[in-house]
Amino acid sequence: MACTVVQPLLSRIVRRIAQEHPSLFARLGAHQSTDFLIDPVELPFALHLRPDPQALIFRAVPRDAAPDAGATIRGQFLLLLELLDSEQDGDAAFFSRDLEVSGDTEAIVRLRNALDDIDGSIAEDTAAMFGKPGRAILSRLRRSYSDDTKGYPQP
Amino acid sequence: MSLAELICPAGTPAALRTAVDAGADAVYCGFQDATNARNFPGLNFTPYELAASVAYAHAKGTKVLLALNTYPPAGKVDLWRHAADTGAQFGVDAFIVADMGVAQYIAQTHPQVRLHLSVQAAASSPEAIRYYCENFGVKRVVLPRILTIPEIRQIRKEIPCEIETFIFGNHGLMVEGRCSLTNYLTGQSTNMDGVCSPASDVDYRRHEDGSMSSQLAGFTIDCFGPNEKAGYPTICKGRYTAPHRPDGYYAFEEPISLNLSRLLPDLIDAGVHAFKIEGRQRSKSYVRGVVSAFRQAVDDIRAGRPANIADLVALTEGQKQTQGAFETKKWR
Amino acid sequence: MTKLTLGPIAYHWSPEVRRDFYAKIADEAPVDEVYLGEVICSKRAPFQEADLPDIIERLERGGKTVILSSLAEVMLKRERKATADLAELDSPEIEFNNAAGLFARGKRPHRIGPFMNAYNEATIAWMATNGATHVCLPTELPGPAIAVAAKAARDLGLGVEVQAFGRASLAVSARCYHARAHNRTKDNCLFVCEDDPDGMPLRTTDQNPILRVNGIQTQSESYVDLLPESARLVGDGVTHLRLMPQVVDMVAVATLFRCVLDETLELDQAQESLENLCGGTKVSNGFYHGTAGYRRINAAAPL
Repeated sequence: MACTVVQPLLSRIVRRIAQEHPSLFARLGAHQSTDFLIDPVELPFALHLRPDPQALIFRAVPRDAAPDAGATIRGQFLLLLELLDSEQDGDAAFFSRDLEVSGDTEAIVRLRNALDDIDGSIAEDTAAMFGKPGRAILSRLRRSYSDDTKGYPQP
Repeated sequence: MSLAELICPAGTPAALRTAVDAGADAVYCGFQDATNARNFPGLNFTPYELAASVAYAHAKGTKVLLALNTYPPAGKVDLWRHAADTGAQFGVDAFIVADMGVAQYIAQTHPQVRLHLSVQAAASSPEAIRYYCENFGVKRVVLPRILTIPEIRQIRKEIPCEIETFIFGNHGLMVEGRCSLTNYLTGQSTNMDGVCSPASDVDYRRHEDGSMSSQLAGFTIDCFGPNEKAGYPTICKGRYTAPHRPDGYYAFEEPISLNLSRLLPDLIDAGVHAFKIEGRQRSKSYVRGVVSAFRQAVDDIRAGRPANIADLVALTEGQKQTQGAFETKKWR
Repeated sequence: MTKLTLGPIAYHWSPEVRRDFYAKIADEAPVDEVYLGEVICSKRAPFQEADLPDIIERLERGGKTVILSSLAEVMLKRERKATADLAELDSPEIEFNNAAGLFARGKRPHRIGPFMNAYNEATIAWMATNGATHVCLPTELPGPAIAVAAKAARDLGLGVEVQAFGRASLAVSARCYHARAHNRTKDNCLFVCEDDPDGMPLRTTDQNPILRVNGIQTQSESYVDLLPESARLVGDGVTHLRLMPQVVDMVAVATLFRCVLDETLELDQAQESLENLCGGTKVSNGFYHGTAGYRRINAAAPL
């Protein structure tokens, strides 16, 4: 149910990112065709990403119907969002066990490096796509997250 | 007093711009191939990206150092030579080299570009350093992370070139440029391929009890309890057993970060010309945080103000840190 | 004719063991050249120095050429002095394992050791124009690169050596891992490394043998064994095969290599005998075949 609601938004988001940051795909190399499962632990669904520029997939999937992923990244939603934006250091989050990865480690490293080469904030850009309400949701998320994780080591 | 230049890592063009904006005096980077020792997936620069990045850095007064610090295997020397030619064409400010054949090629072909001797050359005595200075015109040596400050001070008096030391980041235990541990387990060489514990051979396994083991090419390098800090499966930071250590111990070193922030004034006083921050494989977030903190500290020290060392120490908060060999030879 | 060499003893064997070992080598081993000297730890060197002249004399009497090898790591005053002193000698020949030695030696003739990272033809050419007469290639160099490097070195008139037997050196450090394993520091090590004449075995926590500790050096668990590849190496221009001393019958090891080089023994039979000599220690040739060093690739390289 939740999946169907967010799906149109996800499609818009990922198409927008792909358009604005074509260099991202070069850094992914052969892992453009890898299925990534991004699993925000507190959300009711996971996200399936296949960063293939010819047939881009970014969709919400119920956990029990998730595809066989080549690589899985698991953590709190806002941590994942901050990693996306390089607000957080992935290595530090991993060492502290806040982030969990499994599957093809190279695929994850490539995705991380590809996203890290993007200037500015994907989260902000995405929020901006939905105007004022989008930005409000993002800042509310951030507030609740920083209350949640007081004392979290900033690398 | 030395200039205390801040030499900062750049794994991607975005990280390079981040380092430049955060106050780096110089950034170091490499191409997307075996010519540098951080040949990691999705990292590094295409020739086109390097050209644009040099322009960005130079416009802001920041130097760009190109790492060509691996050892070409016989038959593949041309890849390194072309990389040097490309770097020279784009106007990089120095090459960081380890191989004598590469050094000689650059000294002959691009004499206008400075040569820095990489830590991968493992030059740890005045004689070894002078060998590279006298034969290839090396202008700066990056010292191995195995010397104490009095030893660095002594070396400074006996060599004709500048000294660069690592001050922060991953803490290599083995003499750089003499390590084939990764090749022994994975078939990819640190010296020839620029690879250390390649991600393609890394596997994390979660166990029922919440613990997690890290493997490299099927060898268990470490296992972490549910609440224990994790580490990347680098062979020299793994846990092993020995006949009289049946429980498993860190045979070489614990997963630990080098942080010399407390020693900055001593290093400057010892004549260290440049401070190197490790971490081309780390994120922009790391680069932003570490570079700006050290920028502030170095500026304070140079201006005679007390530096806020506590902020620098906090950079590795939650993770173990060490001053390694720099503080005491007991480390050895 | 391809020569067999015996590399320097990497471990802290006692003076008595060394004397007996080299007496046997001098009398019985079909090796042509023997490298002596402490390469790993400068603290061990004083234990050997007194016997060195006798051992040299004994080996030369047995018809062996003796070469002195220098330290791989040069940092402390005593290490710098040892290296500089070695560089002063006119005979025997010297093999350098550190650029500090090259600096002291200048253009006078010398050999290049396996720690000098002579990976390619450009570096070998540079070394040749600066007095190198012989080069031992890095142990991790794969076959095709060995062929290119060997041809370049031969064209310049250099001898070319490859390690064909024994544990591979995988790393050196400033820190002593033998001392660390016994909760000591390097300065207060009490020479605990003497207890492990073939290195201290490290296993993964799930009991998989992986590495050996030898003081500041980390070695492979497996013995490199390029007996099956020896004909190919010779065909590619390698002039010397190096056998590293391990706690096995080194006379027998050398004899097997000699027989295979001379084609007086079938390779399969020699290889089986060699593996029997090595007891429980696995043999490997992965580096040569461009794969993980610990692996044993069975397909003997065709000529």
